[in-house]
Amino acid sequence: MPTRRTFLKAGGCALVAYAAAPRFLLRTARAAEANGKVLVAVFQRGAVDGLSMVIPHGDAGYTGVRPSIGLLPPRRGESDRAIDLDGLFAFHPALAPLVPLWENRALAVVHACGSPDTTRSHFDAQDYMETGTPGIKSTPDGWLARAVKTRPASRTPFRAVAMGPALPRTLQGDVGAISMQSIERFDVRAGTDASARQGFESLYEQGVRDLLHGTGRETFEAVKMLRGVNAARIAPANGADYPRGQLGEALRQIAQLIKANVGLEVAFADMQGWDTHVGQGAERGQLALRFREFGAALAAFAQDLGGKMADVVVLTMSEFGRTVAENGNRGTDHGHATAMLVLGGGVRGGRVYGRWPGLAGHQLFEGRDLAVTTDFRTLFAEVATRHLGAPAAPLFPGFTTREPPLALFA
Amino acid sequence: MKGGARCGAARSVLPVLIALGALAGCGATAAGAAGPAEPITGAPPAGGAQPTDDRRILHALSRLTYGARPGDVERVRAIGLSAWIDRQLGPRTIDDSATDRALAELTTLRMPILELLREYPRPDPKLREKIASGAMTRQEMQERYPMEKRPIRIAAELQAAKVVRAVTSERQLEEVMVDFWFNHFNVFAGKGDLRWYVSAYEREAIRPHALGTFPDLVRATARHPAMLFYLDNWLSARPDFIVPAGPNRGRKAGLNENYARELMELHTLGVDGGYTQKDVTEVARAFTGWTIDRPQTSGRFVFRSAMHDAAEKVVVGHRIPAGGGQADGERVIEILTRHPSTARFVATKLVRRFVSDTPPPALVARVASTYTSTAGDIPAMLRVIFESREFYGEDVYRAKIKKPFEFVVSAVRALGASTDAQGGMALARASAEIGEPLYLAQPPTGYADRGETWVNAGALLARMNFALGLASGRYPHVSVELSALVAGADPGSPSAVLDRLLAALVADQAGPATRAVLTAQLGDPQITRLTTDDRGPANTDVAKLAALVIGSPEFQRR
Repeated sequence: MPTRRTFLKAGGCALVAYAAAPRFLLRTARAAEANGKVLVAVFQRGAVDGLSMVIPHGDAGYTGVRPSIGLLPPRRGESDRAIDLDGLFAFHPALAPLVPLWENRALAVVHACGSPDTTRSHFDAQDYMETGTPGIKSTPDGWLARAVKTRPASRTPFRAVAMGPALPRTLQGDVGAISMQSIERFDVRAGTDASARQGFESLYEQGVRDLLHGTGRETFEAVKMLRGVNAARIAPANGADYPRGQLGEALRQIAQLIKANVGLEVAFADMQGWDTHVGQGAERGQLALRFREFGAALAAFAQDLGGKMADVVVLTMSEFGRTVAENGNRGTDHGHATAMLVLGGGVRGGRVYGRWPGLAGHQLFEGRDLAVTTDFRTLFAEVATRHLGAPAAPLFPGFTTREPPLALFA
Repeated sequence: MKGGARCGAARSVLPVLIALGALAGCGATAAGAAGPAEPITGAPPAGGAQPTDDRRILHALSRLTYGARPGDVERVRAIGLSAWIDRQLGPRTIDDSATDRALAELTTLRMPILELLREYPRPDPKLREKIASGAMTRQEMQERYPMEKRPIRIAAELQAAKVVRAVTSERQLEEVMVDFWFNHFNVFAGKGDLRWYVSAYEREAIRPHALGTFPDLVRATARHPAMLFYLDNWLSARPDFIVPAGPNRGRKAGLNENYARELMELHTLGVDGGYTQKDVTEVARAFTGWTIDRPQTSGRFVFRSAMHDAAEKVVVGHRIPAGGGQADGERVIEILTRHPSTARFVATKLVRRFVSDTPPPALVARVASTYTSTAGDIPAMLRVIFESREFYGEDVYRAKIKKPFEFVVSAVRALGASTDAQGGMALARASAEIGEPLYLAQPPTGYADRGETWVNAGALLARMNFALGLASGRYPHVSVELSALVAGADPGSPSAVLDRLLAALVADQAGPATRAVLTAQLGDPQITRLTTDDRGPANTDVAKLAALVIGSPEFQRR
């Protein structure tokens, strides 16, 4: 079966039909959207300290290993302290906007999750998490791209979208994923003069089969469709208030695409600033500010989409966690397992999933890091299978597990 | 502190000889001095250049420079390709006074860190509160902290200078290499005190060694406040070190692995270069005490033995005896830069930059062996690349996708345009919009040197929009003279104008389909403005046509 990209690169007559009949295009997109599931992946680049995001305050091993950056245990009625979830775990106080979602059982936590590969290189670990093949660098495409590929064909150019300046590794592959920094600026800006746009479009429409031409064709297809639905004009609903910053901006626009019914299946957003080697802070400080933006952005997104969240799952991930003990500079160095969040859709929230390995010295990975008890592929596969209906095998080739399923979904 | 201060140690007698050749307006001396020239880059035989020679020249220009300007092919042909390459490899004697003049107004470029810290003081941290509470009005703030005296000015001037140099400098390969090594030893100008350090970092640690030796680059970056700050080594101390003074007095400090890991992973051995977590810790211990003297008032490298872990270290199998002090770090650099993994890693990155996204293994091996035999001499490695069969291979011709900065600068150069420092700032913003904000790559990997990173929907549209803006003169202080580009072509003959543009901008390498599309565009009344009496085209909208060529697939490649 020819992939979508090779089909487009061949410059078939379907393209001409697109150009001539945007309404037909929209109908097709809506039809695809009818089965309607969307997966939004959020990458916390730089390795988030999972032990500060979801604090194991009930584990005796947590006490004392972080003299200046450890969080105080939750105490009823004190809102500036960690927020208890289940007696063992607590949210960082800056994640307060997520508490209603936790209480509504829309939000789940998977803790001690990570890669079977032991690298502490950001770049290798991100690569492994994005390709879905830990330890193998030659994988040409990303697991999210493969997830889209396994689903029934759809003709919208907006099946997979990354908000940001570049296409992330996880969406590279033959699915024609789009990346953009801003919906509003996603057009040829030549004023009232249409000839420049048409000129550029024709230049990329030629039958050459290469990355540039293929991407160019997909781009113009997307530009036309986006202009038709006027997505940039869709305002946040239900009083949702997105925080300023990279993630809030990205999620606000992903919500616009979802509400514009462009046929979105997979979306991707990045958030930077988690590599807290120095002065990460505790209840307040550097890391707390990141969590504030992170929590507020996720909460605003859920608020904005309202009932539509039934069809949307947000999955957060980070390449690895950080050392259990604080380092010499009131920060943490590169570690192993971390915590990931799953929000929306049919998620059975209000629970922390995964086996807790413990923080006692002998329980640590290589004597210093939180051990991984849930392979990230177990989590990703379950979300892809249960939410998107994508088979796990092509997404995570070679992955077999003896771990029990997390059973995140009802 | 102008050009002269940038001189590194003399590396060979070559520049002198090239100077003689250049003064005589003849490349023969230099070509002779370069040793036996490979036939593949040999100077054209007397009696005129063959078309294939022009193709080689075009290729070399596209890889060793930020893109050919009008007339560059002829200039290289005149002195001979290999002589031109020699000059670029030893650029000290190339006159670059025009660039120096254009940079004169960017005064922060030449200021030492100490002076920058004094002249561009950090604004009062309570500024926001004061404005919110009404204790200070916005106008008072503007007067006390005028835009041009804020620390952000330093990075802005550096960005402008990078653009001006890339557009204007005659020492093009040096500028390409400064960009390459800055990216290899990346620091992020947006991190804290780095705002005051970043211009000094390029000037002191990168530029003097860009065409020097690799170990010198590692040494210079390792001890520069910018790197010490960016990868946190300035804070790394032996376990249980108690801070004796300053705001953290009395606090316990200890080891920080950040620099040690990236030094091996990204600067020298490469991620699969054969080191372990244990090596990371050992290297971190070796570099304890390499720190910054009063970061916010002095900003100089200092070794503090009180912070240093004096015990023995073992780094990738080499024992470093106890008590080495500052020499421990220097010994680590020696071990790492002599390691065969480093030779391979550096060779791979160079070949990827100059030859192909998929570096030919045989060429990488030859460049790596040159690294080893010359102790990391950069011009020697580059020469192996530029004289290789692979460099001129049919399969790599115009096969690299320009990264956003290369695209922006090459467009300006192709149009024969010039820019001053103000224009440089505007063009730096354009590079950012296409995905490459200058000096602002946050992760220590820097920016990727692979086409697929830069080819995506949003970025392609940004490239087209830049092309439209540039060709129609919407970038202030960037002077575009399209009429010079198409001089001599009958403006009433659109196809003659198009021929000129394609020859100038893509060196006639436009595919037939592109040519056909552009020809068809000529029929568009908005491209070909009609005379009032409708008797035929009066003049062609050269700007729009030029924008289409710059935004075309062909122009995205080098």
